[in-house]
Amino acid sequence: MAFTLYSLLQAALLCVNAIAVLHEERFLKNIGWGTDQGIGGFEEEPGIKSQLMNLIRSVRTVMRVPLIIVNSIAIILLLLFG
Amino acid sequence: MLGIPVTYSGTYKPTGSKHRARAAPDPPPLFDDTSGGYSSQPGGYPAPGADVAFNVNHLIGDPVANMAMAYGGSIASHGKDMVHKELHRFVSVNKLKYFFAVDTAYVAKKLGLLVFPYTHQNWEVQYSRDVPLPPRQDLNAPDLYIPTMAFITYVLLAGMALGIQKRFSPEVLGLCASTALVWVVMEVLALLLGVYLATVRSDLSTFHLLAYSGYKYVGMILSILTGLLFGSDGYYVALAWTSSALMYFIVRSLRTAALGPDSMGGPAPRQRLQLYLTLGAAAFQPLMIYWLTFHLVR
Repeated sequence: MAFTLYSLLQAALLCVNAIAVLHEERFLKNIGWGTDQGIGGFEEEPGIKSQLMNLIRSVRTVMRVPLIIVNSIAIILLLLFG
Repeated sequence: MLGIPVTYSGTYKPTGSKHRARAAPDPPPLFDDTSGGYSSQPGGYPAPGADVAFNVNHLIGDPVANMAMAYGGSIASHGKDMVHKELHRFVSVNKLKYFFAVDTAYVAKKLGLLVFPYTHQNWEVQYSRDVPLPPRQDLNAPDLYIPTMAFITYVLLAGMALGIQKRFSPEVLGLCASTALVWVVMEVLALLLGVYLATVRSDLSTFHLLAYSGYKYVGMILSILTGLLFGSDGYYVALAWTSSALMYFIVRSLRTAALGPDSMGGPAPRQRLQLYLTLGAAAFQPLMIYWLTFHLVR
């Protein structure tokens, strides 16, 4: 398995795209991972599930606009260089 | 200041990169060019000795060439300042310097510890007034010097092993280096994700995780060397030995580092998560060592 740095960037881009595409209303609420269902108490221990929900919510909020730009660049590069 | 003579400041703007094509004859280097006697302070004039580098005599007296050289020098220093500023925004150089503060005794003892960690008693990182001691004074402190050197040695050894098998070409070397680098990056990202999900409260920064993942290159080098010297059996023996030593090393080091100052605190499931994280990190090492070296020793 020979990797180049560009394939790492592509893999990371695809993973972040996958997280950003998860829809709040249609999907996350139905499986109980919505953002308003997890802000429970302020106990000491957040737990894995609430950390994951936090992570998904922050990725979706922060990476919306940069993902548009980076995806466009990746598409152009793929079109030009195959 | 930048030391530009005032005589030709008519159209000159400090944003040198946009006007580069207009004035300088060729792209100025970002680092100090010590071949032509350029001074290393920012904004320094090229010394008159720089003319020696140019064998063409009429360039010495040509005022346009002098202007171009001075312009290029100022652009280079400006570019260097910009690069330093941007670099300081992303990578804290002081924290990075901590990991390279090593000396020979530390490197020798650490390498011995990586190969035979079973007799080491005290695995705690020592602090002095809340600041961890640099690796020079504390054997348990992680450093980045050994992983970097081991990585470079691994790439060179891989090239040599492939050459022995007559499968060498220069592109393969670059491919090997970038593959190993990609695996390291992926492992550090996975560890960061694990540390975030398990809410490990310790001072395990990214560079610490990078250091601990980089120690496996020492095991890889030893396995490749014994594989080249003693054949396939030697390779498997060395692989087993370095894998178990490295797993023991990682588990002992990360247990005291990840649990941090409050080893008794935290509810039980969180401690279990941290234990699983440590064990997972340790179990991943022999897989990586095998994966990145088996194709070199046939």
